[in-house]
Amino acid sequence: MALNITDIKRIAHLARLEISEQEANQTLTKLTGILGLIEQMQAVDTTGITPMSHSQDVVQRLREDIVTKTNQREEFQANAPVLGNGSTEKATDNGLYLVPKVIE
Amino acid sequence: MEWEVVIGLETHTQLKTNTKIFSGASIKYGAEPNTQADEVSIALPGVLPVLNKQAVECAIKFGLAINAEIAPRSVFSRKNYFYPDLPKGYQISQFELPVVGKGAVTIQVPANGKNAAYEKVINITRAHLEEDAGKSLHGAVEGMSGIDLNRAGTPLLEIVTEPDMRSAAEAVAYAKKLHELVQWIDICDGNMQEGSFRCDVNVSVRPKGQEKFGTRREIKNLNSFKFMTQAIEYETRWQIETLEDGGTIQQATVLFNPDTGETRAMRSKEEANDYRYFPDPDLLPLEVTAADKARVQATMPELPQAMKTRFEADYGLSAYDAAALTASRDIADFFTATVNAGAEAKPVANWVMGAVSAKLNAEDRTIHDSPIAPAQLAQLLKRVADNTISNNAAKQVFEIMWISDKSSAESDVDAIIAAKGLKQESDSGAIEAIIDEVLVANQAMVEEFKAGKEKAFNALIGQAMKASKGKANPAQVNEILKKKLTAN
Repeated sequence: MALNITDIKRIAHLARLEISEQEANQTLTKLTGILGLIEQMQAVDTTGITPMSHSQDVVQRLREDIVTKTNQREEFQANAPVLGNGSTEKATDNGLYLVPKVIE
Repeated sequence: MEWEVVIGLETHTQLKTNTKIFSGASIKYGAEPNTQADEVSIALPGVLPVLNKQAVECAIKFGLAINAEIAPRSVFSRKNYFYPDLPKGYQISQFELPVVGKGAVTIQVPANGKNAAYEKVINITRAHLEEDAGKSLHGAVEGMSGIDLNRAGTPLLEIVTEPDMRSAAEAVAYAKKLHELVQWIDICDGNMQEGSFRCDVNVSVRPKGQEKFGTRREIKNLNSFKFMTQAIEYETRWQIETLEDGGTIQQATVLFNPDTGETRAMRSKEEANDYRYFPDPDLLPLEVTAADKARVQATMPELPQAMKTRFEADYGLSAYDAAALTASRDIADFFTATVNAGAEAKPVANWVMGAVSAKLNAEDRTIHDSPIAPAQLAQLLKRVADNTISNNAAKQVFEIMWISDKSSAESDVDAIIAAKGLKQESDSGAIEAIIDEVLVANQAMVEEFKAGKEKAFNALIGQAMKASKGKANPAQVNEILKKKLTAN
């Protein structure tokens, strides 16, 4: 699979990354190299081998369903971003985090 | 042209746990904003998800209930998209390997007009575990949206059907069945107002007889059965009209507006469906062993279908009655408790589906908060069975019990019978005496009866009941009167 510059820009956009033309070209080169490596690996015969979804061959441990967390809203919101536009106030209101208006 | 509608459902059921799916924060509804949003819910850097055992057991329970394959090994994946109520930038869900595989649910579609009621099997494609997102609230601060992350990380089981439904009635029958089932096996509280059970409905239309599906539109987040019916009916009409006018259907996500009764496409998000799923490296594969399944199986209640079959076999109930009594766990429990308290099954079935449910419906209550306890109903029906009171008197007692406090002495069946003088006359000597008087006083009717007028017999019964002030045992009156008239 060959990538082109449009793919790179689309992937960057999906990840909300702003990249310059130059960065896009560099990334294209790097990603194409990585895909080349994957192509090489795909040439290996893996018949009969169960694909792994994790690098370690162990399974998930489960947590008992008991409440262990207490309210730490004040501490967390002390680290909230500031409103901006000259204001140094925290972007919170009555316990809510504030973000630019979400239009639906 | 004749059109056919094709419907599939995706239902998000909120699982009945104490804590979130990946952290130990409470999921209790109605808390102050962000007071249950811990470091995992708000996605602080460096935090790691730890899977909730109870959520996994709920999923296994559901798999067992619909006779599905339960994956011995399933995988959590990241579904990537940006939205302010999803601070990580991805939702942890399951994609290629869900915990619950193919299963089936049998639905009962009620009779409608000239169409008789029928049963249908709806195939379940899969059910997977995932986390809920937070909530966005608008309007509190000008130009801003407020984010509450209390709901972020709440465990959900998303249940997906095959496109097996062919009408709004079938879709609603399925949704209701699923709603009862998840409550029956106690994995979801079923509270639709609080969003514990939300349905996304995929609707497409095609010319009848055509094999290929039409392009579907997805109606998001329906949280009432009434809205579901309205939304599907509107959407179906809209799609047919669009096609008949020469238009085409674009795949889209639509919202239902209960005020106008219309569906409307959401602003199509650019590239919104490119979620770039990949296995979440923070979570190891989930293993469900045979021992895990056996342990959960041991906690499973008898399922509605099995209970229905048992009611038919053990109590001689009709399939219809047995289905009605197992429509919800609360009704089934009430029925079983009443029978276990010593009443005969058939009268209990009649009363539960008749007087009790009529009263509950009229007062918009559920059987769970019925003012009459199963033990009281059993006692009442025992007094009918042993001829202490007539059915009519039983209805009077029932009315009195309904408005009394069920723990008070005034609600006692025998006390009410005594206080109201409802005990019926079952002494045959006394009844004979009454009938003799009635026969003497109503010679004309006796003659009419002898002349072949059957109606006169009922009139005489009426006279005898009246003479006994309604207290004579009607069956005995009938029997004795018949004997006397034919003997003469």
